[in-house]
Amino acid sequence: MSEATPQIQWHRRVADKLATALAVICVLLVILPLAAVFIYLVIRGVGSLNLAFFTHIPSGSPGEPGGGMANAIIGSVVILLIGSVIGVPLGVGSGIYLSEYSRGQFGKVVRFTADVLNGVPSIVIGIAVYGLLVLRQKHFSALAGGVALGIMMIPTITRSTEEMLRLVPNSIREAALGLGIPQWRSTLSITLRTAMSGVITGVMLAFARVSGETAPLLFTALGNSYWSTKLNQPIAALPLQIYVYALSPYDEWHRLAWAGALVLIVIIVATSASVRWVASRGFAGGAQ
Amino acid sequence: MGVGIKVENLNAWFGKHQALHGINMDILPNHATAIIGPSGCGKSTFVRCLNRMHETNPDARAEGKVQVKDMNIYGEGVAPVDVRRRIGMVFQKPNPFPSMSIYDNVAAGLKLNGFRNRKKLDEIVEKSLRSSALWDEVKDDLKKKSGASLSGGQQQRLCIARALAVEPDVLLMDEPASALDPISTSKIEDLIFELKENYTVVIVTHNMQQAARVAEFTAFFLLGKLIEFDKTEKIFTTPTDKRTEDYITGRFG
Ligand SMILES: Nc1ncnc2c1ncn2[C@@H]1O[C@H](COP(=O)(O)OP(=O)(O)OP(=O)(O)O)[C@@H](O)[C@H]1O
Ligand SMILES: [Mg+2]
Repeated sequence: MSEATPQIQWHRRVADKLATALAVICVLLVILPLAAVFIYLVIRGVGSLNLAFFTHIPSGSPGEPGGGMANAIIGSVVILLIGSVIGVPLGVGSGIYLSEYSRGQFGKVVRFTADVLNGVPSIVIGIAVYGLLVLRQKHFSALAGGVALGIMMIPTITRSTEEMLRLVPNSIREAALGLGIPQWRSTLSITLRTAMSGVITGVMLAFARVSGETAPLLFTALGNSYWSTKLNQPIAALPLQIYVYALSPYDEWHRLAWAGALVLIVIIVATSASVRWVASRGFAGGAQ
Repeated sequence: MGVGIKVENLNAWFGKHQALHGINMDILPNHATAIIGPSGCGKSTFVRCLNRMHETNPDARAEGKVQVKDMNIYGEGVAPVDVRRRIGMVFQKPNPFPSMSIYDNVAAGLKLNGFRNRKKLDEIVEKSLRSSALWDEVKDDLKKKSGASLSGGQQQRLCIARALAVEPDVLLMDEPASALDPISTSKIEDLIFELKENYTVVIVTHNMQQAARVAEFTAFFLLGKLIEFDKTEKIFTTPTDKRTEDYITGRFG
């Protein structure tokens, strides 16, 4: 044994180094495209960012310098708010149902439905909302856009919430029940809270995903070159504006599109970071 | 003050498998009663039936009469939630709420049942942590540290404090010291000794010395049946049933 040991150790050390190196390479490969996209966006977009970009609506005639995306930024915020108001409670609620309450067949049906809905292309959801809402209301609207994004958020949030709640050990639930805490209370204040950071990650992923969606908005929110924050009127949105500007033949609009993309990414990152920050302060704050 | 528990013809099932067969047992108030028996004989099932935790398992079922003071906990219209508030439980593995501070862990049972008086809460938290012999070790970071950041033994004493905070009449303990080192174990045994003054304690244990140390009464279970129930001394020196004797002398189990 004493003779074999050094050799085994030598093998092990090499294997260990190799595994570590592989992991590091994988991490780099993941970070690389992310960093590349971000840096490229900054390079192309930051030059066109000025006060007017955040305070003005697009200039009247195509390709003319000046103008901004104020209406699209506000429009995106409005649509995403509507989407989140619909998608987060329904998604988290069904996730809770699947993990904590469903026993038997109905739960399986809900889970299967969520998985199918998750796989439906976003443009199909846009068309569905167009048929169900826009045609009935007889006009495109911010509300329809928000509904489309909300529907897209539901299945992702449902499944991630369910998975995260399942990771909470059963002994925690037993402890709560053993104290005579009613099930609904223990689910909200203990199980959900224990899984909170994971649930938030799922919500933020869904949010980030729909933030950049263009296709479902084409049939619902439509876009708008003017100021509008009315929920029953067509509304501008960053992805729509970027899409229109990027396809245009004008250099000025191309630059604005880059700036818009940069702003979109910053909005997503900032939302994600602030939600996390608020949630992380929760720890010693007390059972609600 | 602790109260007595009168168990009459208690049966329990997991699906089709019957885990308890017609248990009759008279548990005296303000004493500790030990439950012993080989693994799988139904000890946990039995104590979980005493506060209706058994039925939280989806396919589990229990039947019979368990009289606690003036209430049959399996009687019609009795809410399991109320039963569990009066009959507290400490589990085999420490299970503090990881997302809560030490303070909130102890206060959870009250706070989440709508108790709001802060001053009173502070008092109860301190009293409970003192009773579970944890106060001195944690008093400086009650709200700073998470319940999960304590050692295993401390966590178990935290769980005891949490159970005491709702001021139950009975405390059920399912192998509370099985995951602990000798020092923590002896702390918990001392604790049980003190708790008897104010509570009725039922403790499941695999450790017969422990049963002999803390409990006045001992029940021996085998294959879901109560074989013998008597003064601890009697069980360990002159048991009536041959199977009890075989078990405590280590001939099986
Ligand atoms: N969740 C469950 N589902 C199905 N059967 C179970 C379940 N838990 C326990 N049982 C069965 O019920 C019987 C009693 O189990 P119980 O957990 O009460 O034993 P125990 O005496 O506490 O054992 P141990 O000393 O190992 O903790 C066993 O036969 C076991 O197989
Ligand atoms: Mg057990």
